[in-house]
Amino acid sequence: MTQLAIPRRAGSRKRPVTRRARKAGLNLLGILVALVTLFPIFYMVSTSLKPSSEIETLTPHLLPSHPTLANYRAVINGQAAGIPYLSFLKNSLFVTLVAVVLSSLIAMLAAIAVARFRFRFRSTYLIMLLIVQMLPQQALVIALFLDYRSWNLLDSLIGLIFVYTAFALPVTIWMLRNFVAAVPREMEEAAAIDGAGPFKVFWKVLMPLVAPGLVATSVFAFIFAYNEFVFALTFLSTDEAKFTLPLSVQYLYSRNGADWGAIMASSTLFTIPVMVFFLLVRGRMANGLVTGAVKG
Amino acid sequence: MVRTITGRPGNTNSPAGHHEPPAASLKLRVALFIRRHHLAPYFMLVPSIIAVGIMVVYPAVQILAHSFQNYGLLQVVGRQPITWVGFSNYSLILHDPEFWSSLRISLIFAAVVVPLTLITGTLVGLLLNRLGRKMSAFVSGAAMLAWATPAVTASVIFYWLANPDGGVVDWTLANMPHWLGGGAHWAGYSWTNSTLPAYTLLTVLLIWQSFPFIAVSVLAGLKTVPAELHESARVDGANSWRIFWRITFPLLKPIYLVLLLLSIIWDFGAFTQVYILIGPGNTDEYNLGMYEYQRAFTTPPSFSIASAAAFVLTLVLLIITVGYVRSSVRQGAIK
Repeated sequence: MTQLAIPRRAGSRKRPVTRRARKAGLNLLGILVALVTLFPIFYMVSTSLKPSSEIETLTPHLLPSHPTLANYRAVINGQAAGIPYLSFLKNSLFVTLVAVVLSSLIAMLAAIAVARFRFRFRSTYLIMLLIVQMLPQQALVIALFLDYRSWNLLDSLIGLIFVYTAFALPVTIWMLRNFVAAVPREMEEAAAIDGAGPFKVFWKVLMPLVAPGLVATSVFAFIFAYNEFVFALTFLSTDEAKFTLPLSVQYLYSRNGADWGAIMASSTLFTIPVMVFFLLVRGRMANGLVTGAVKG
Repeated sequence: MVRTITGRPGNTNSPAGHHEPPAASLKLRVALFIRRHHLAPYFMLVPSIIAVGIMVVYPAVQILAHSFQNYGLLQVVGRQPITWVGFSNYSLILHDPEFWSSLRISLIFAAVVVPLTLITGTLVGLLLNRLGRKMSAFVSGAAMLAWATPAVTASVIFYWLANPDGGVVDWTLANMPHWLGGGAHWAGYSWTNSTLPAYTLLTVLLIWQSFPFIAVSVLAGLKTVPAELHESARVDGANSWRIFWRITFPLLKPIYLVLLLLSIIWDFGAFTQVYILIGPGNTDEYNLGMYEYQRAFTTPPSFSIASAAAFVLTLVLLIITVGYVRSSVRQGAIK
């Protein structure tokens, strides 16, 4: 960071060579940071492509010398975990997609209420959401486990959907609220004056304008539900056929004589969709999360 | 959505004068009642309140209740009734050295990881601000991928990197020159078998996972600082260290407060990473989250003792959360 200690603007008085050197230094530092950050991910992919002889060695190499898809094959046809990958993927997608749709619907209603109406307990409601979001899941899971046991929701994907929907709601409502508030109220009022009912106003005016925000919010809910570990671990403990993807990774890992090639292959398959989603919404990511903090 | 009609009392009270059948007039009456009393927003909040109430708030209340009961295996299967036992669960955990050790580990871990994450994130944020557009996109893209890595994947990767049998960390350390702290004694070194190395690994893991959020937030904050302020300070001969502490940091203080509190909540409550890296076996390496979880889910389960510890964890996090909410509200998060 010594480069930063040299004033940049004043540098215009200096020789351009020093400035170029400083820029090169900064770029070098940037590349270094990026490489260090990417290394664990790179090594995951690299390990997943190695044959077991190159994994069970005391002199590891960065790249596989004989790249193979055998680990992926073992994961996908179920040789590694005893259950084919498609089963985990199906469970994960079912739970995640239903939870995303449910939480988006519920959050949309709530977001319109808090963005468009002034009413008593509005701030209380918003503050409660902020607080509730911070409650530790590994604590609540104890009580939920006992409830689920008596409600017959253990080892059930439906039970997971309920938890994921509820736990995704606070963030979803907070994010959607900003998107709804950004739509000028006059547009809705104009449509209402032209005789459009509340539902028509919603579908024809508000919805098209909020849609991009709804997509971003859904991606957040998706990532949360798709990645969730604690509830899945606790509620699906006995029935491997119900396991979601994060549990399948942990399941491979927790068995004796860990097969690192298979673990890294299933981790890669599990992680890539999240990364794609993250890069898709990266612009909104920064905005959505920080606007609250930057304001004022 | 838009309040245009205000209900007239006559409409709701005397349906006799209308042509509609009674069912429609009831519907109309309800609609007018909702409109007149401005109830629409409350109805729109009902689904979310029910969902969050049942799944989040109710369990939190139950934790508190269970912590004063004798909820164990016999009570779960219905062999014995659930009875209230006062503070005995609390006195039990307060006399349990494992509880204190887990609390101490959680506190020290947060005290180490939070500042390191904030510093790393800030340095990367400042770097991103100085880089050219393409380079900045490249570095922040890399950081984004670390951020996107699910906790389960990240933990498994780091366990593999630091694995005593063929892990790349031990191999690198064993092949490093002596003056850099390397040496043959690193070969086959186990990082997870005792507390200090395990939490060193967890520290690196949590910094890797959470610095991108800090960096991106700091960068967004830096963009709001007027460039003229920095330029005039530079012209006056201030160096970057001074500029950061005298101009940037004071302006970004509200952001830092939020980031600080969020980081404390995340790191004090770290669970998935600890669960995967340390595993159920090493009880002396538990942090508070692991302690309460394992009390409930290893045989014999003692849900009440676990609930008491879980309530302590929740209470600590709630206190920090109140600070976080206050600082968010003060910055106009609720308009």
